[in-house]
Amino acid sequence: MTVLVKGARVLGGDPADLLLKDGRIAAVGERLSATGATVVDADGLVALPGLVDLHTHLREPGREDAETVETGSRAAALGGFTAVHAMANTDPVADTAGVVEQVWRLGRQAGLVDVVPVGAVTVGLRGERLAELGAMADSAARVRVFSDDGHCVSDPALMRRALEYVKAFDGVVAQHAEEPRLTAGAQMNEGDRSARLGLTGWPAAAEEAVIARDVLLAQHVGARLHVCHVSTAGSVELLRWAKSRGVQVTAEVTPHHLLLTEACAESYDPVFKVNPPLRTEEDVRALRAGLADGTIDAVATDHAPHAVEDKESEWAQARPGMLGLEQALSVVVETLVEPGLLDWAGVADRMSVRPAAIGRLDGAGDRAHGRPLAPGEPATLLLVDPAARVPVDPAALASRSRNTPYAGRELPGRVVATFLRGEATVLDGEAVR
Amino acid sequence: MKRHLLESADLDRDDATLVLDTAAQIDQALAGREVKKLPTLRGRTVVNLFYEDSTRTRISFELAAKRLSADVINFSAKGSSVSKGESLKDTALTLEAMGSDAIVVRHGASGAPHRLAGWVRGSVVNAGDGTHEHPTQALLDAYTIRRRLGRLDGVRVTIVGDVLHSRVARSNVWLLTTLGAEVTLVAPPTLLPVGVDSWPVAVSYDLDAVLPKADAVMMLRVQAERMNASFFPSAREYSRRYGLDAVRMAALSDDAIVMHPGPMNRGMEIAADVADSVRSTIVEQVGNGVSVRMAVLYLLLGGNA
Amino acid sequence: MAGSREPAASRTSTAGVLLAPADVARVVDRMAHQLIEKAGDALADLVLIGIPTRGAPLARRLAARVAAFSGTAVDVGTVDITLYRDDLRLRGVRALEDTLLPAQGIDGRLVVLVDDVLFSGRSVRAALDALRDLGRPRAVQLAVLVDRGHRELPIRADYVGKNVPTSRAQTVRVHLAETDGTDEVLVTEGEGR
Repeated sequence: MTVLVKGARVLGGDPADLLLKDGRIAAVGERLSATGATVVDADGLVALPGLVDLHTHLREPGREDAETVETGSRAAALGGFTAVHAMANTDPVADTAGVVEQVWRLGRQAGLVDVVPVGAVTVGLRGERLAELGAMADSAARVRVFSDDGHCVSDPALMRRALEYVKAFDGVVAQHAEEPRLTAGAQMNEGDRSARLGLTGWPAAAEEAVIARDVLLAQHVGARLHVCHVSTAGSVELLRWAKSRGVQVTAEVTPHHLLLTEACAESYDPVFKVNPPLRTEEDVRALRAGLADGTIDAVATDHAPHAVEDKESEWAQARPGMLGLEQALSVVVETLVEPGLLDWAGVADRMSVRPAAIGRLDGAGDRAHGRPLAPGEPATLLLVDPAARVPVDPAALASRSRNTPYAGRELPGRVVATFLRGEATVLDGEAVR
Repeated sequence: MKRHLLESADLDRDDATLVLDTAAQIDQALAGREVKKLPTLRGRTVVNLFYEDSTRTRISFELAAKRLSADVINFSAKGSSVSKGESLKDTALTLEAMGSDAIVVRHGASGAPHRLAGWVRGSVVNAGDGTHEHPTQALLDAYTIRRRLGRLDGVRVTIVGDVLHSRVARSNVWLLTTLGAEVTLVAPPTLLPVGVDSWPVAVSYDLDAVLPKADAVMMLRVQAERMNASFFPSAREYSRRYGLDAVRMAALSDDAIVMHPGPMNRGMEIAADVADSVRSTIVEQVGNGVSVRMAVLYLLLGGNA
Repeated sequence: MAGSREPAASRTSTAGVLLAPADVARVVDRMAHQLIEKAGDALADLVLIGIPTRGAPLARRLAARVAAFSGTAVDVGTVDITLYRDDLRLRGVRALEDTLLPAQGIDGRLVVLVDDVLFSGRSVRAALDALRDLGRPRAVQLAVLVDRGHRELPIRADYVGKNVPTSRAQTVRVHLAETDGTDEVLVTEGEGR
């Protein structure tokens, strides 16, 4: 497939044509032409390297009623993603080479994004003993990110061992920072609102205490640490401090924590129930600032599909989590680009370059992501219309689930096309399959 | 009045006063009568949907609805379709399909009545949800205070005990302050919610310092199992610091009253001789509960076609 | 709401004054005389029960005039009929008013219900239902200041201050000094009450 993209603003710069051929970017320049090429009119569109999600729940195997690798891949492609890290909390848990290879193969079959399995840190996510991390790293899935996400590796000795052990294959532990003894029964951010709504509080300190401990451990053993879904102003401060001390720590923030606050809980509608919970305005401001100044490295969706019956219930009974893949870029445009906190190069950095680097997808290999949009590089990119404002309709989502917190909101930025190694996965805003 | 009574905040000062005035008129209308029944809600159906056991609240609502001639269906989650895994939404839709005009709901999950209100066309009355609210309890408490002390404006009410887990405390804080009372919360710091400083109340850790200034003291039930979660060291220590005994009661002003939403832990938060004293309104509260609930059902259901 | 207060300024040009203040007093006096005459020996057993809002002060006035003319004190009470109405769903809920019976109750006595306007008869029916729950009078009679016709139930008044033929489209308003600051009865076009 040869594609000629006409007049795209690469990273928001001046319009240029891109010729995509044989999976690579053949040329970038003005007034390019190619006979027989599919021409994509990109007038007014911004070209970005394909987005990389460090944190996706695809639910397969186990909860195919909520999402499958295929439906999640389609949602990802529609959101401009070309790679997603599939979290390990499936059923069975992705804690063996067998399960991660199964997920990896399903991703290949769907063929819409690179599905990069995350391996569980501990057997069954139980936090008791290490899973066979090396076997998963050596498997066909080539796992580099390990996480018990959904659960915190709360035992400090076990966490230290995990941090140390994955150094052998350049892995990273992605920690779900939540001190479980401080969040028993927790339902929402602890503060004025939880007090009034009578919902058990999830204190910021439960996240911050684990981050503080883990950055000290990472420094002590000289290992890489990645912090999942940072949600509080205090966490941003701790990360800033750790980075200033040279700790090899990276962190992600979700779209919903960049946009929504705990005020959403007033409705008691569990579509807004998520872990970590939505926080305060002040936290949202700190997270945006932290992402803008690079203290937070990446936006990661924590895309968490849930079946209707798991959300159409009492708040306490509902499962935590919300969809994110299809609106992630729009939320970043709304919360950072439009207010002037981040330019398009910054968006590319936080949503593609850095997450690819954290997941070790940034090399020259067959699943390279986050590369420059330059001749010779993989033709893995997206085109977004920054001027389009689109109302979010849950029924129109590609995800098998409907638990989007943005229903009815109008968000800026529509992904018009996505290319994975030269092949279109999305064209004219529609998935190619 | 709004269509539902989900929390005290649903009632502004006029609405709350209307409920209390209506309860008073109902009391007056029924006083000394042989036939304690009114035809007001004839042909209407009230469902008591109770996901938690609470015989006293359920009976109070049942009596209130029956005295207004409504048909009453008691639906307890135990032994019903709910125990077979039916969702709250399906249960609500089933009850509505059977023709319920109002659902009185008691549920262990905060906000469950709010969810219900989004699914049904009839009125929803919150009869206690998790650690959130219990608005009719607050109404009957306010009614009791007004009857005993003659007013609510400027009345100093002290609420003592497990505020953190208490829906009664939350509902009373909002309702009583709406009605002009001055509320002071007294509890060990572990049993006060983080964020209580944003409430329109005074907070104290010292019961003895507060009692002489109180017009009404409301003792909350303290569950012994809180002890195991280290909210306080022992029942004895709790009782010593925050229990109301005869010695403490003597510090109250002459007209001050002692309240308890029940059920009581005699000897824990309240001593037996205090509970049975002339200051105690505990039995009165139960009776007032029926009148207040009649008023609520009348105001929510009476006019709705 | 029946007999709701409204500022004098809202009286439209179509408002006709049916009874002026002096007329109201005269009519009440005449009704008091009729009560005395008809009650005869039973006057001591008489209880005047007003139907709020304006039936209540009217009952008190009648009682005072009966006492003045006969020298016999007469018991007065009120019965709020809101909770007995069969048209709540149409009219909406309202604040309840007093239900106060004399200490001796109404068992075995001659009860006269007092209301301002007799129209459909539904208020009186509700009051009869309420009385049934309150006791067992020897007899129940009805006194109204204005009978405007258009009955929907087989009910008639025993004492009528003034019969006023009206159309259904008209509204009859009774104002009393106790509730409205002045005594008068008005007929206005429109609204149909």
